[in-house]
Amino acid sequence: MRGADAPGAGSDARRDARPRPGERHSEAIVAQTKTQQEPKAQTADEPLVPLKTAPLRGEVSRRGFFSALGLGWAAFTAASAASLGVMVRFMMPTVLYEPPQEFKAGFPVDFAVGAVDERFKAAYGVWIVREADGFYALSTVCTHLGCTPNWLAADEKFKCPCHGSGFIRTGINVEGPAPRPLERYKITLAEDGQILIDKNTKYQEEKGQWSLDGAFLHYSA
Amino acid sequence: MQKLFKSVRQSQLWRSIFRHGYPDTPRNRTLAVLSNVFLHLHPVKVRRSGIRLSYTWCMGGLTFFLFLVLTLTGLLLMFYYRPTAELAYQDIFALREHVSIGVMREMHRWGAHLMVITVWLHMYRVFLTGSYKPPREFNWNVGVILLVLTLLLSFTGYLLPWDQLAVWAITVGTNMARATPVLGHEGPGAALLSIGGLDFIHAGDDVRFGLLAGRFVGEGALLRFYVLHCVGFPLVAATLMAVHFWRVRKDGGISGPL
Repeated sequence: MRGADAPGAGSDARRDARPRPGERHSEAIVAQTKTQQEPKAQTADEPLVPLKTAPLRGEVSRRGFFSALGLGWAAFTAASAASLGVMVRFMMPTVLYEPPQEFKAGFPVDFAVGAVDERFKAAYGVWIVREADGFYALSTVCTHLGCTPNWLAADEKFKCPCHGSGFIRTGINVEGPAPRPLERYKITLAEDGQILIDKNTKYQEEKGQWSLDGAFLHYSA
Repeated sequence: MQKLFKSVRQSQLWRSIFRHGYPDTPRNRTLAVLSNVFLHLHPVKVRRSGIRLSYTWCMGGLTFFLFLVLTLTGLLLMFYYRPTAELAYQDIFALREHVSIGVMREMHRWGAHLMVITVWLHMYRVFLTGSYKPPREFNWNVGVILLVLTLLLSFTGYLLPWDQLAVWAITVGTNMARATPVLGHEGPGAALLSIGGLDFIHAGDDVRFGLLAGRFVGEGALLRFYVLHCVGFPLVAATLMAVHFWRVRKDGGISGPL
């Protein structure tokens, strides 16, 4: 538009009387005053710009263009969202090289009354405690920050080496920063008479779940 | 000698690389900055206060320097380190005991500690000099993301020695991810995604599981952290650093004294 500022800009006036977007007002006024002097009979009957023209063959109308554009964007967005979902799914492994969540721990007679069995600690993260009237399975994950406590048989307590949390044999927290008792896993008898531990189901004392069925396996020899 | 220099400077090779004369005029100095892709990220002119040590502490520059040191030493360490549960600790041990220049791994480790410190101090300096104010708000935010990336690099690198300290530190650290809203199986909202006792978010599919590739810190977690530490986070950090430096230039160079 800068070029129109030149002295010879008067020639533009013959082109069109109306100001175009971006054109300066003063220029438009000059243009108008100049056109008024000229006869405009030829343009009086027909509009300056046709409101709408039918698209030619192979030509895309304005509305058609924007619908296609909207459709294109919707497809692109959907494809992006789908590939993001694919990536998230890809990051979730389906085969784990971890011990299974369910395992059989042997027959009840293998456990001594009053003992904390540590045989399944390293592989499965479970202590199996045998009381006079039954069994319970304690998680070996400290409820403070997730370290693994040690069973100190002489002191009759689980002691965490990370920050010093202590739990008595039932799993109740008695010292250190642990905010709640150890969790218990579901313990039942399998059909073949072995003890079956299911780590998918856990019981938390502070939620009153230790009195539920799977939290304690009633058994007396 | 003079002749030799002249012939070199007038050779096609020289002139194809350097498209300006000696930077002894303001024009040539500007051209020297503008026609160099690396210096292009750098402000054309630096205020006198910008190079005063008592003003900037040079903490941003030191952080970048340490990033370069860590990239180089890290690259070298990758030639010896294998991220598997069986070999990782052994390789780290060998890097100290058997590989020549055993200090390489120490440089990487101490450089990493130092970078966390310099990043914090850089942020502190930027805060004290009010350099987060308009027009630099956006760059402050880029800097905050870079701070988080630095901490994530530090965190992921912590697991790689695969000793007791590493495993339990990452166990403790990633336990926080259990409490992620909705996506962590112990987080708020996760219980809502449950139909008839069937939990959609549990220990075997939540965000922590995706991070560790398992229910606890194991070999999957080691490999994941290794890839993130060596490729993922450095790539993002380097990209954002380019943006960070370029924005310093675009926002009017290093801020002046208050």
